[in-house]
Amino acid sequence: MGWENWIISTFSRSLAYGTPLLLGTLGEIYSERSGVLNLGVEGMMIMGAYSAFTTTYMTKNPWFGILVAGIIGGIFSLIHAFTSITLKANQTVSGLSLTMLGLGLSGVLGKGWEGKPLPSTIPKMIITPLNSLPVLGPIFFQGQNLIVYFTLILVPILWYILFRTRIGITIRAVGESPATADSQGINVARVRYVCVFIGGILAGTAGGYLSVAYRPAWTEGMTAGMGWIVIALTIFSFWNPINGMLGAFLFAALYHLSFRLQSYISPELLKAMPYAMAIIVLIFVSRGNLQKRVGAPAALSLPYMRGED
Amino acid sequence: MISAKKWRFKIEERSSVSNSRVLLTSILAILAALIIVGIFFQFYGVSAFKAYRLIFSGSLGSRFGLAEIVRRAIPLLLCGVGLTLAFRALFWNIGAEGQLLIGAVAATGIALFSKLPPFLLLPAMFLGGFIGGALWGIVPAFLKVILGINEVIATLMMNYMAIYLVEWLIHGPWKGPSARGFAYSDPFPPSAMLPTITGTRIHWPTLIIGLVISVLIYILIVHTKSGLEVRVMGENPEAARYAGINPLKVTLLVMLISGGLAGLAGVGEIAGIHQRLLGPTHISMGYGYTAVIVAWLARRNPLAVIFTSLFFALLITGGDVIKVSLGFPSQMINVFNGAILFFLIGSEFFLRYRISFIGRR
Amino acid sequence: MNKAEDYAIELRRIVKRFPGVIANNGIDLKIRRGEIHCLLGENGAGKTTLMRILYGLYQPDQGEILVNNQKINISSPRIALQHHIGMVHQHFKLVPTLSVEENIILGLDEGTGPFTNFRKVRKRISLIANQYGLSLDPRTKIWQLAGGKQQQVEILKALYREVEILIMDEPTSVLTPQEVEKLFTTLRFLVKNGLTIIFITHKLDEVMKVSDRVTVLRKGKVIATIPTQETDKETLARLMVGREVIFCLKKNPVKKKEKILEVKDLHVLNDRGLPAVCGLSFELYGGEILGIAGVSGNGQNELAEVLTGLRKLIKGEIYLDGQDITHCSTREINKLKVAHIPAERIRVGIVPTLSVSENLILNKYFYSPFSRGEFLNYKAIKENAQAMISEYQILTPHYQIPVRILSGGNIQKIILARELSCDPRMIIAMHPTYGLDIGATEQVRQTLLSQREKGAGILLISEDLEEIISLADRIMVMFGGKTMGILEGENIDLERIGLMMAGTKYRGEKM
Repeated sequence: MGWENWIISTFSRSLAYGTPLLLGTLGEIYSERSGVLNLGVEGMMIMGAYSAFTTTYMTKNPWFGILVAGIIGGIFSLIHAFTSITLKANQTVSGLSLTMLGLGLSGVLGKGWEGKPLPSTIPKMIITPLNSLPVLGPIFFQGQNLIVYFTLILVPILWYILFRTRIGITIRAVGESPATADSQGINVARVRYVCVFIGGILAGTAGGYLSVAYRPAWTEGMTAGMGWIVIALTIFSFWNPINGMLGAFLFAALYHLSFRLQSYISPELLKAMPYAMAIIVLIFVSRGNLQKRVGAPAALSLPYMRGED
Repeated sequence: MISAKKWRFKIEERSSVSNSRVLLTSILAILAALIIVGIFFQFYGVSAFKAYRLIFSGSLGSRFGLAEIVRRAIPLLLCGVGLTLAFRALFWNIGAEGQLLIGAVAATGIALFSKLPPFLLLPAMFLGGFIGGALWGIVPAFLKVILGINEVIATLMMNYMAIYLVEWLIHGPWKGPSARGFAYSDPFPPSAMLPTITGTRIHWPTLIIGLVISVLIYILIVHTKSGLEVRVMGENPEAARYAGINPLKVTLLVMLISGGLAGLAGVGEIAGIHQRLLGPTHISMGYGYTAVIVAWLARRNPLAVIFTSLFFALLITGGDVIKVSLGFPSQMINVFNGAILFFLIGSEFFLRYRISFIGRR
Repeated sequence: MNKAEDYAIELRRIVKRFPGVIANNGIDLKIRRGEIHCLLGENGAGKTTLMRILYGLYQPDQGEILVNNQKINISSPRIALQHHIGMVHQHFKLVPTLSVEENIILGLDEGTGPFTNFRKVRKRISLIANQYGLSLDPRTKIWQLAGGKQQQVEILKALYREVEILIMDEPTSVLTPQEVEKLFTTLRFLVKNGLTIIFITHKLDEVMKVSDRVTVLRKGKVIATIPTQETDKETLARLMVGREVIFCLKKNPVKKKEKILEVKDLHVLNDRGLPAVCGLSFELYGGEILGIAGVSGNGQNELAEVLTGLRKLIKGEIYLDGQDITHCSTREINKLKVAHIPAERIRVGIVPTLSVSENLILNKYFYSPFSRGEFLNYKAIKENAQAMISEYQILTPHYQIPVRILSGGNIQKIILARELSCDPRMIIAMHPTYGLDIGATEQVRQTLLSQREKGAGILLISEDLEEIISLADRIMVMFGGKTMGILEGENIDLERIGLMMAGTKYRGEKM
């Protein structure tokens, strides 16, 4: 394999592997920007993966599967929204229980589905005139699927909404200073519910992508900690969708490069690589003199109750 | 103007909460969770009554079942007691699972390769397991205090790393020549096996260690200087700084103990039950995660962990029963865990606030 | 004029209860259109609660509200704004990371759909700003602005919303005396343009200076409503407190003794990594109170933190009793008998969920008899608590009760008891009477004076100039992390302090 092919395959695979990470990160950025830490990403993703797989199996329509995955992820996130926003519970513990519940439910419900073949999956696309571009063509326009493009388009849109529209101002105000937002007549709880819900939809979609597009199959616990890597990437992104995109694909690229070490390191240790990398990424972020928490929403993980200032 | 009729509630913070109210609320939360899971059973096509009858009769109804509860409670007790301490200091250690595995790895290493005299072998394994778990635990403690890295992510990532470390050992360097293609280590020598109560799998030395330690940790929290420092730091980190308490020292102490105790749980499982290193999901079926809820349900009181660990051991044992007789997957315990934890933290709202109905207007 | 009186606001029999207290107990209040109406009262008199009800942040338990002679139900700030009622809170309701214009349009349905035409917004902001003599760059981030400017943003925000009735809650607490003058000018200008202003304060001078009428509140009740011209400071003070008030404290002259603290060329960074204290040097002597005045955010916090070992310095030297403590930890400094009364007493000074007795030993649990070896001695801890409770008159049902249910005054007494019971050499007190009622304030000030008599050196950091002037022997003014000079004796003068707070250096006799 020439080095050009090597670059192409690494980038193209990073795009495919980075997409679910990016989807989850975009959702978590919105949730955390509104002040709600949702550690249930892993649970929402696995529920999305499970429901996308079963829906696709039954309806033979993978797009319907993806849609259901998003909806299930969203509904699932509302449990966390209810306990952490309405009942003002500890967000760390609530998110954790969402992950447990998701892993548990999908494990129990999905028992009979393991190893079944999918009748149809999200097709890989070849975009004809563009795929003949040198280097970029095979990376971006050959063998990727519509969800990848959808996610890439989502990045600037979500960035624009967050930083250039009134909706974004409202979300950031709620996450920085809910008392201020409240005093301006903004319904803090409603904004937070919506943001958590968006986070849930995107995490569910990410899970669906895994089970009907990335490697079309269902296995128990198939998200394998991706949800936690999403949380790390959210911190890495400084709560900015553009940085989130860079982080997700950088992470995915490093992940694929680590497989180049296959001939030196045993496969079991290689599997531990992404988790070690997630920690290293966080160390890297905090080392860059950035631990002053410039980007972290000031009210992150703090429940809001009127009159407590 | 017609005024809209609207239900109105008043939410006020309570100034104090009685112990009996805490107990009652916890019991109601668990009942509510069990009902929700029961509805889930029903949807799954199994009668909820039948499922619960099997869970309770299968665990509480026989000598074997009771013994299984106790042996399941041992790792939950050790991990849970450590977590009460960590949670008191507001350190969210979600890594007991990984710390337990590293404890098991350390014990295996000593059992198989140390060449110690037989009477020293088990004590050395316990010591080694404690140190292993403690080392795995203090890494995220350093990362949090010095670099400000979220400990939930760090401890979780280290769980996955521990899992693959065990996988690597049993597939690679420690794969036993006598394991015939299976991914096991060699079995331990007899002097590295813990004694059990006859006819059961209760490795009683670990049980006694667990009970003694829960009392010791209680004394540590309530009656010592370090315990006061832990409580001050957990309840108000700013006040702790102001009082000159060193956050690194307290966090390291707490994670040294918390990780070490999880490591002991790993030693118990490996030396008391399996007597060889095997797949990580066989060593621990999520004891470290369940222990989070064990500690939370105990309201971070190490003595109460003795009871809450028994309760979750009952659910695990009952889960085994319906796994065999109704074909439920082992993931069922996570459904219980998630549901109970949700209702527990949700119920805290009703402990913290008094909600009164003040009519319509 | 009697019958035709035109009221902008009428509050009738307003009652609001909180757990354990009645904040408003049947309040009647009428605000005339186009007046500046002061609400005067001590902390805890119910002023802010009443205004939060008017602004829709709280719901009254009883009573009704009339705006422009129409009974309305103000269930949220949004409704209040619809009725052209706005409020500038004591702690500004601004999002520090957002820009001025983003803060101004926050919560408004401006533009089409989610899109905002910022050019139009900016145009309108500058129009209003020019009209009322305010000057602001709409694109600046709030955290880059000083207190006075932030207040202008708040006022601009209200005007942008076409507010006709403006509530201002303790608006002068973050301003220099000169900025206060500017604010008063702005307020008079607003009234001339048809606005009605409700001005909450506990400062008598401000009432006399700015208001048309004043309503005095005490313990949740209206004591009187009087035209300002028909009253004076003494009368108002009596009405507010319910008894005669002594305006000055008895103070013996300083016996300047040995040097306790010496600070040389101190440089400190703040949380954002920017210089907060830049080359500060001063000395503190035993038996004196050195007041440190200045608008908040000019390095006072960082100074206090460095002196107590809570923050690392980047350059400079600190000596306590001749001993180098530059790099000592908080615990080491604490052991040298340095007492610290922190600014944020609940967030920093206590552990709300721990008991009174445990909170009373937070700075000495590691000493005998409170601990022996590693173990705590609960008998000694209990005895200490009982002694402190009676000595400092701490009102608590029991020494084992969690501190969080006590009142602010009693919490401050717990901190004082803990910090001062070790016969401190040096006391660093930040805003020690902030938010306390008059009784507690007097007790705190007397305690500080008696420590001064005993020979302790006291560093009093406060934004309350009245407090500094009445307590301190010398006054150092800080601006931009530097000292603007130290005033002493007859040099102490409010206007001079004001100029120094705004950045003018004092060089001896004349400015």
